[in-house]
Amino acid sequence: MIELSAVHKSFGPNRVLRGVDLTVPKGESMVIIGGSGTGKSVLLKCILGLVTPDAGMISLDGQDVTRADRDAFLARFGMLFQGGALFDSLRVWENVAFRLLRGSLKRPKAEAREIAIEKLRRVGLKPETADLFPAELSGGMQKRVGLARAIAASPEIIFFDEPTTGLDPIMSGVINDLIREIVTEMGATAMTITHDMSSVRAIADKVAMLHDGLIRWTGPVAEMDAASDPYLQQFIHGRADGPIASVR
Amino acid sequence: MTLTAPLTTPLAAIGRPVLAMLAYIGRIALFAVSVVSHLFRPPFYPREFLTALMQIGWFSLPVVGLTAVFTGGALALQIYSGGARFNAEAAVPSIVAIGMVRELGPVLGGLMVAARVASSIAAEIGTMKVTEQIDALVTLSTNPLKYLALPRVLAATLAVPVLVATGDAIGIAGGWLVGVHRLGFNPATYLQNTYDFLQSWDVVSGLWKGAAFGFIVALMGCYHGMNSGRGAQGVGAATKAAVVGASVLILATNYLLTEVFFTS
Ligand SMILES: Nc1ncnc2c1ncn2[C@@H]1O[C@H](COP(=O)(O)OP(=O)(O)O)[C@@H](O)[C@H]1O
Ligand SMILES: [Mg+2]
Repeated sequence: MIELSAVHKSFGPNRVLRGVDLTVPKGESMVIIGGSGTGKSVLLKCILGLVTPDAGMISLDGQDVTRADRDAFLARFGMLFQGGALFDSLRVWENVAFRLLRGSLKRPKAEAREIAIEKLRRVGLKPETADLFPAELSGGMQKRVGLARAIAASPEIIFFDEPTTGLDPIMSGVINDLIREIVTEMGATAMTITHDMSSVRAIADKVAMLHDGLIRWTGPVAEMDAASDPYLQQFIHGRADGPIASVR
Repeated sequence: MTLTAPLTTPLAAIGRPVLAMLAYIGRIALFAVSVVSHLFRPPFYPREFLTALMQIGWFSLPVVGLTAVFTGGALALQIYSGGARFNAEAAVPSIVAIGMVRELGPVLGGLMVAARVASSIAAEIGTMKVTEQIDALVTLSTNPLKYLALPRVLAATLAVPVLVATGDAIGIAGGWLVGVHRLGFNPATYLQNTYDFLQSWDVVSGLWKGAAFGFIVALMGCYHGMNSGRGAQGVGAATKAAVVGASVLILATNYLLTEVFFTS
């Protein structure tokens, strides 16, 4: 279980998170929605310790994440970055198998490669892509390699930052199903950031909307449509008029 | 406040950049300590080290060699025409050799490596930072200092002395070429002179300098890359800061090491 309480983060005068409270139960799929630049990516990075919050407390299974042993803590996580963040000096399969080629999870090279190719297949990429370099792939393909890398070591907790942005509708469907599968089959806890309402409906157990540095609304996905919050309603229906200013 | 302001303003104007510079040097020293501390803690990344050794050592040979041959040649011409004022033309071989191995080999080699290597390390690591690859490394349980910085710093520290030694030899050869073909020295006498006057400490001190400069170059590249600002502009600024910082630090360190090595 991941718990955030009163998490604050500013970059200079830009107050991005202003007291975020959120609970993600173990084995559930939480989807974070919200406008661009509201701090969704920063929120995930705070949990991982890539960004240090100015104030507030983040705990994993009741333990303060800042006190945890970093290596053991990170070994439980997988993360898909918004831009893919593939290592461009390494081949696709070496990216996917990064954890399996070094460190505590190290395996023989052939086995690591096999696992990488299997994970690539799961995100809809052919084995031929394994030996290419990231720069030789399209943006959507890079995103899927990033996804394969995030799930390669079968982590307990997985963060997906906009997994379907830049993908065609069919591939988005494949990725949505995959994320759902990972949560139900592997029992993983997932946090997904997305703008895509069809993804929200396909992936989410719970939804949280971030606006103005606070969690504006959170609840089960089934209650989302009936919720009366005008911000949430404007967002899920994509209306230009409403309480969320369209010029930000 | 207002009365003393005219007096303190100029002092503050001097004090502020001095304080900023001391803080900068302090941050770099801390960075250096944390990079070096990884030398003794596994895991190690030998593949990264070998790649860095190729990039920094082998591929810098042409530029260091070219710098050395022209410098050695120009030095021979200068010493000859300057030495003519007090009939000391015969000193050309020994002064070229001493000047190359003690001073010009390591300093110019270091500066050329700074231009070539500090910039490319800063740009590469800076781009990795901007595209979240550094964050990705951390989430994959890999310490960026250990995986990116240490192999480069170690490779540069070991490779630059070798580059300096090669540059010394090429520079002396440049002096020899000019001495023999333009200044009329006897080829064998020139070499004999070089050999007779050169002491091993002349060469070894230059190699130590090279090691220090290699360390500085890679360290500055890594430091500025990892602290790069956002976007292409951030990477550009980081690259510039790495080259300028490395060059100035090399020259300052060169002075300090020369004091230490040759004034006692
Ligand atoms: N490292 C950083 N330095 C300065 N500002 C940042 C940094 N990371 C994010 N921000 C700012 O924080 C805000 C939220 O960014 P982000 O979390 O990426 O938004 P999104 O919700 O679209 O993922 C933006 O205004 C962004 O400019
Ligand atoms: Mg984002």
